[in-house]
Amino acid sequence: MSSVISLTDIRRVFSMGDQQFEALKGVSFDITAGEFVAIMGASGSGKSTSMNILGCLDRPTSGRYLLDGLDVGGMPANQLAEIRNKKLGFVFQGFNLLARTPAVENVELPLVYAGFHAKERRQQALIVMEQVGLAGKENNHPSQLSGGQQQRVAIARALVNHPAVILADEPTGNLDSSTSEEIMNLFSSLNRQGITIIMVTHEHDVAAYAGRQITFKDGRIISDSLTGPARQNGQTA
Amino acid sequence: MDFIQTLKIALRALRTNKMRSFLTMLGIIIGIAAVIAMMAVGSGASYVISQQIASIGSNIILVIPGSTTSGGLRTGTGGAQTLSSDDAKAIMTDCPSVAYAAGNVRTSGQIISGNMNWSSVIMGGTPELFEIREWPVVSGRPINQQDEDGAIKVCLLGQTVAENLFGSADPVGNIIRIKKIPFTVIGVLERKGQSPQGQDQDDAVFVPLRTAQRNLVRSQRTGIVGSIIVKAKNEEVINKAESEIQALLNQRHRITNSKEPDFSTRNLSEILAVAEQSAKAMSLLLGAVASISLIVGGIGIMNIMLVSVTERTREIGIRMAIGAKTNDILLQFMTEAVLLTMLGGLIGIALGAGGATIVSRFLGWPTMISIQSITIAFFFSAVVGIFFGFYPARKAAGLNPIDALRYE
Repeated sequence: MSSVISLTDIRRVFSMGDQQFEALKGVSFDITAGEFVAIMGASGSGKSTSMNILGCLDRPTSGRYLLDGLDVGGMPANQLAEIRNKKLGFVFQGFNLLARTPAVENVELPLVYAGFHAKERRQQALIVMEQVGLAGKENNHPSQLSGGQQQRVAIARALVNHPAVILADEPTGNLDSSTSEEIMNLFSSLNRQGITIIMVTHEHDVAAYAGRQITFKDGRIISDSLTGPARQNGQTA
Repeated sequence: MDFIQTLKIALRALRTNKMRSFLTMLGIIIGIAAVIAMMAVGSGASYVISQQIASIGSNIILVIPGSTTSGGLRTGTGGAQTLSSDDAKAIMTDCPSVAYAAGNVRTSGQIISGNMNWSSVIMGGTPELFEIREWPVVSGRPINQQDEDGAIKVCLLGQTVAENLFGSADPVGNIIRIKKIPFTVIGVLERKGQSPQGQDQDDAVFVPLRTAQRNLVRSQRTGIVGSIIVKAKNEEVINKAESEIQALLNQRHRITNSKEPDFSTRNLSEILAVAEQSAKAMSLLLGAVASISLIVGGIGIMNIMLVSVTERTREIGIRMAIGAKTNDILLQFMTEAVLLTMLGGLIGIALGAGGATIVSRFLGWPTMISIQSITIAFFFSAVVGIFFGFYPARKAAGLNPIDALRYE
């Protein structure tokens, strides 16, 4: 089984003036294609830092990061942008959609930067929007959509470029419990279709949807356990 | 990312803040409008001057007699009758830098044709006069050497005279009476328009010089001319021609150091060239003042773009996370700035052109809007956008995606 993500002894040191803070103190793990991984930990544990590195938004101070076979650890900014565009899909806690822009154009955005033609972009966007249950909402602006619908737009945007991995940073943090459940079920079903998902959360019941939980503490992994297949509906706290 | 998409994003951003976009543009609008209007007024003025120069003919030197004293009364310059037809001929043959010289006399009187009459200037001139003034006939034929040598009673009519005596009919072949003496009209001169002094140059009748000297003007001696008009061979030798004329006439009139010259020369083109120069300097000055407002407008754009970058930090973060490269972000904000200034430029050009038209209509100033000044203004507005948009755009493109995403 090939690893889609392989981290070896990743360290990340932040320096503020003459003070140094080591956010990641040598983290190693592999993620196989098709996995659904929850990254857990208290704030300050290093989970956000590792998420930023996984998302190619930040570079490790040392260590090796292979994404889909590519060594992305030392790539320059513009190349990382291309990696983010082609290999990764982001889902954020605060949705992070462009305001005053129709949903479908938000979904198209990664394809814009990938250089697709307008016609092809629209076609692809409509396919993924239907996949996440947003048919008929294409021309609504984010402000006209509910929180759950906005997060679906964000998920569609993450899916549209057929990424190797979807990175979700507290995807249910801004949603009520029933909407959270809908979104988590959507992630589960996407995972069952073979999509690799890495999700940062601090809620155990959300993490329980994942098949594997990696827990961070003080910049190190303290546990990495398989929790069995993703759970189905009806198991909320 | 393709250009159309960049343009669409920029347009959407500008539409989002319509009022702000308009106010930002206003600086450029006013700047460009001022430049266009000022240039129009300036180049209108220098156009009129250069037209007037062309109407006199180019490279012209005027030789006029000095003053004379008779019975204790001094006449003004040009009052003496010291220049002759022979002087004119000598200038033409003996001065190497001179192309043509034509003696002429000037009087005025009543001109009668049938039951119409008209008071006009009557000019006597040799055929060279029309070469010098670059003044062809539009119908009939010009005055030739036979007319001159034989002192034939023929005349050419200026347009104004022709209209007043004959209306729209062709005067050629008709007999008119100038100071009661019958003359045959042999031609009508092309329309010339106003002189630099504002006189109607078409309100004149031309007869051969010798005819005029014999029949129309009174003088102490025969062959006296009122003035000699000279055309230098080209622009470079005009000053040389002037000194050649002075030397020749000094010799012919036996002027020595102790004796005041009885003539003077005037280089007309030079006078008008100075006027044209000052008009050009004026329009340049106006343009410079107006372009200061363009710079102020540009600074306004920079200011607003900086605000806009800060406001949209999160949007920039999202775009970067999703795959926008540094250049994509740079281009997006540059496009916005250039779009602002170019739109402002277009509105400014329209306003400036409109303003210039209003000025020329209500104040009677001549204005001229050249394609050149429009092109320059439009280009300049784009350059202002690029120049003042670059710093904010670079600031946007240089943002760290993590910080930008976290920005509240």
